[in-house]
Amino acid sequence: MGIAMRPFLSCLFAAALLALVPAAQAQRGELRIVHQERSLYRNILVTEDEERLCMRFTVTELNGLNQSCRFFDDHDKLVFPYAKMVLSSLMIQDNPSSILILGLGGGTLVHTYKTLFPNAKITIVEIDEAVVDVAKKYFDFEETDLIRTEVVDGRVYIKREGLKGTKYDLIILDAFTGEYIPEHLMTAEFLEEVKKLLPENGMLIANTFSTSRLYAAESNTYRQVFGEFFNVRMPGTGNRIIIASMQPLPDRATLEARAPAFNERVARFGMDMTEFPQLLVTKPDWNLRERVLTDEYAPVNLLNN
Amino acid sequence: MNQTVSAKPLSSNLIVLCLAFISGFIIMAIELLGGRILAPYFGSSIYVWGSIITVFMLSLSVGYLIGGRLSLRNPNLVRYGCFFAGAALLMLPLILWSIPIMETLFLAIEDPRYGSLIVSMLLFFLPTAVMGMIAPYSVRLLVIDSNRSGHIAGTLYFVSTLGSALGTLATSFYLVLWFEVTQILVTMCLTLAAAAALAIATGLRAARKNG
Repeated sequence: MGIAMRPFLSCLFAAALLALVPAAQAQRGELRIVHQERSLYRNILVTEDEERLCMRFTVTELNGLNQSCRFFDDHDKLVFPYAKMVLSSLMIQDNPSSILILGLGGGTLVHTYKTLFPNAKITIVEIDEAVVDVAKKYFDFEETDLIRTEVVDGRVYIKREGLKGTKYDLIILDAFTGEYIPEHLMTAEFLEEVKKLLPENGMLIANTFSTSRLYAAESNTYRQVFGEFFNVRMPGTGNRIIIASMQPLPDRATLEARAPAFNERVARFGMDMTEFPQLLVTKPDWNLRERVLTDEYAPVNLLNN
Repeated sequence: MNQTVSAKPLSSNLIVLCLAFISGFIIMAIELLGGRILAPYFGSSIYVWGSIITVFMLSLSVGYLIGGRLSLRNPNLVRYGCFFAGAALLMLPLILWSIPIMETLFLAIEDPRYGSLIVSMLLFFLPTAVMGMIAPYSVRLLVIDSNRSGHIAGTLYFVSTLGSALGTLATSFYLVLWFEVTQILVTMCLTLAAAAALAIATGLRAARKNG
């Protein structure tokens, strides 16, 4: 019976082995591979073209999903809509003094929040040491007195912080890649642990998926734990952003009244806040009967097919 | 009369093979669920899988050793069934107390590598070791002629490892999509108990006939 372990082991490492991307696959002339590395968890690729530098976690093809990009000529300007969708939450809470970010990537969100709130304490939890190193080397990510990283599984970190009674005004979950989703970071029990870290004016933002049955299951899970939340979707992106607050959510009119005042602060990120009040909706557009995800039931990666 | 004599070993052999298949299936199903059980406390980092696989390999190796030793003296289906009953009983802590056990160790041990290793030992070692005893004992029950022992051992490993392969596939592809982790574990436990009852009943009947 012990022999039977072997197929299991090979399953476990198959993804890692497949992840070897020959540099020769850089078929698009203008795209150059700056750095390539196989870490414990994934294949990390840093690519550049004429205008931007990107970090990718790829499995088989170079044109896989970009995790994080930035323009050479303007480090502030946000390349992807998802980061702007995250920033739309400023209309709900705009003075966090402590921020916890799960998932570093190229450090786009860290850079953005550091720029917005230079005095805020920012803690980044990243499971993959190699990602931290690549972000430091290529994306000017820096640890300072206020900004520190913890290389640890997000669930473990959050559980321990809960035991210590630490609070974070703002928690951002940005730990999901397209290929594999850590299922223990999606369950109701996990969200309860996250909720314990939020003070009474605290806010949670999650960057997640907008397709498949997982969209409904995840939405129902957040709804069970946090009640009503803002569900932010935009055409042209597979991301959706969940904004959940410990305070009652502002209504549309309040958001519209608040938005223009933020434009001065977010213009440098290439963003127009007045586009967002209409995107912050609470009305469910998913199957409310899809089963809530729990530690007992979390076939996340199967539901995502 | 002749018919019953020749039919008896065939049916008991079939039972041994079926039960070996079941134990192979359950071992791998539990191992796969182990990752799910530990993840909320220790994450799903590579060392969590390292801990689980280490403990399963270790417990199986110990089980093989003990099962082989026990097969030396008066091998019979009743004792074989007792292994299944023992495995079912030893699954109970996993089903009933895994959360308090993990909570306690999560608090006691900061390093998730050793936390997950010790939790894996506590939750998985005993039931898996007892299931490991089944394989060599099955070989002994099936072997009548020492010339054919290699052939029989090969058949047994084929059956039980096939069970392991299907247990892995069924659990990871479908069971976790349909059921909760605890529901799957309870079903495995009841299956082991039913297997025990079948083996013990068959063994007792055979003993009565022979005695």
